[in-house]
Amino acid sequence: MGQWIKACDANDIDEEDVLAFSHNGHAYAIYRSEDSRFYATDGLCTHEKVKLADGLVMGHIIECPKHNGRFDYRTGAGKGAPICEALRTYPTRLDDDGVYIEVD
Amino acid sequence: MSEPLDQLVVVGAGECGARAALALRAHGWRGPITLVGDEEVYPYERPPLSKSMLVESLPVEPKAVVDAVQFAAADISFARGEIASAIDTTARTVSLTSGRSLEYDRMIIATGARARSLPIPGGELAMSIRSWADVARLRPQLRVGVRVGVIGAGFIGLEVAAAATSNGCDVTVVESASRILTRGVPAAIATTIAERHEKAGVTLLLSHAIDRLELGDDATVHIVFADGRILVCDLVVAGVGAVPNTELAEQAGLRVHNGIEVNDRLQTSDPAVWAAGDCCSFSHPLFDNRRVRLESWRNALEQGELAARNLLGADELQSAVPWFWSDQYDLCLQVTGMSDLAASSIVRNRPDGGQIEFGIAADGRIVSAAGVGVGTSIAMDIRVAEVLISRRAQPDVAFLADPSTRLRTLLKS
Repeated sequence: MGQWIKACDANDIDEEDVLAFSHNGHAYAIYRSEDSRFYATDGLCTHEKVKLADGLVMGHIIECPKHNGRFDYRTGAGKGAPICEALRTYPTRLDDDGVYIEVD
Repeated sequence: MSEPLDQLVVVGAGECGARAALALRAHGWRGPITLVGDEEVYPYERPPLSKSMLVESLPVEPKAVVDAVQFAAADISFARGEIASAIDTTARTVSLTSGRSLEYDRMIIATGARARSLPIPGGELAMSIRSWADVARLRPQLRVGVRVGVIGAGFIGLEVAAAATSNGCDVTVVESASRILTRGVPAAIATTIAERHEKAGVTLLLSHAIDRLELGDDATVHIVFADGRILVCDLVVAGVGAVPNTELAEQAGLRVHNGIEVNDRLQTSDPAVWAAGDCCSFSHPLFDNRRVRLESWRNALEQGELAARNLLGADELQSAVPWFWSDQYDLCLQVTGMSDLAASSIVRNRPDGGQIEFGIAADGRIVSAAGVGVGTSIAMDIRVAEVLISRRAQPDVAFLADPSTRLRTLLKS
């Protein structure tokens, strides 16, 4: 069973933006969409392990800051070259005191 | 009975040609596709050759763009280790040096570029870094105490210098210009990178003209300067630019000028032939239609896919903004746009130490940006600049210069 941990406060992330978060040495990326929903994925790109939170979010797409690989952060699906492996996603929950993600 | 389907051939199996072949299939082409590559390995990613592969231990093989499984899945015929020696555009055939001949109905040329050889006596004593074979030869020699001479302070030369220093080599970079990175990188950012190299122990010899290279004792190579002084090296690597591989296109009678000339749809002077990547030059609609030839990984990937779509009838305009990156030590440098169109520059100094310099044209349009910082800290700002350049935006320069502003908010205005 997963464990719910607090990743950040809701106001730590602007709408259509991303924030880096790490827990037990694992990197995550937390996203806030334009309609203020929260999402979470692994923090490193599946292509060359680049830190995704340094990348630009446009709509529902996060773009790798070095090689421009693109993912839909809601599903983790890769959007073309050079991505050939999807990004793992994690369930999120907004509580009164912040954004929680469910990790292993 | 249906007509037989056209034969599609892609010549050149680097990032560009491999992506083109995959894209042809991905966009629904059901007929035969043949990819011709002159190396014995499957298409692989070249950027790590001068970066991580020279620092970390050498892998058994390079990182594939397409491997045997993917070729089989996409039903692409890979003519491996085959050199295309001639194209007959009337008969529509490609001759291979093995004696085989391929028929084609439509073709993409993605022959890339090769390292420029050092145009001085003894120039052949310098190694270059362009292929997996080059790296497989160089990497084992980068050991503690080895004296490495690097000729040329461009991206490749400096990446090799950083990697060699990280391995404990004694590195000297020799550059004829008065500063490093003269091509497309602003002086202030080049200074930051030069200081990082000097801190790591690299000796930078600027404004140094080389007369020749000579073999010395114990398999050393001597760099002999114009003033007669000699630098004794155990190995010398040259990074003095690249030359587009256009011989095949020239022989075929295609128009060539600083690369194979293509139109804004990547079509050559023969309507059955497209060209993409480092080997081609095109008029750029964002930059006064000036003819450019780009040598970058991302351009190779994107143009390969674009040429494939257009070959299949998409009719898409080539308009991507040039973008390039380099890794040296813990620093990442990123450059976008065309800095020589800038009439003035705006500097943004980030609180994390990252530096960005934006180029602004006389009419207020942003035309370029370059940045350096630790890790990928400057990447988002450069990416925003790239989008602004593609939109021909005229952003408020005070906003660009103020590090407390969030650049990405400019994308909403």
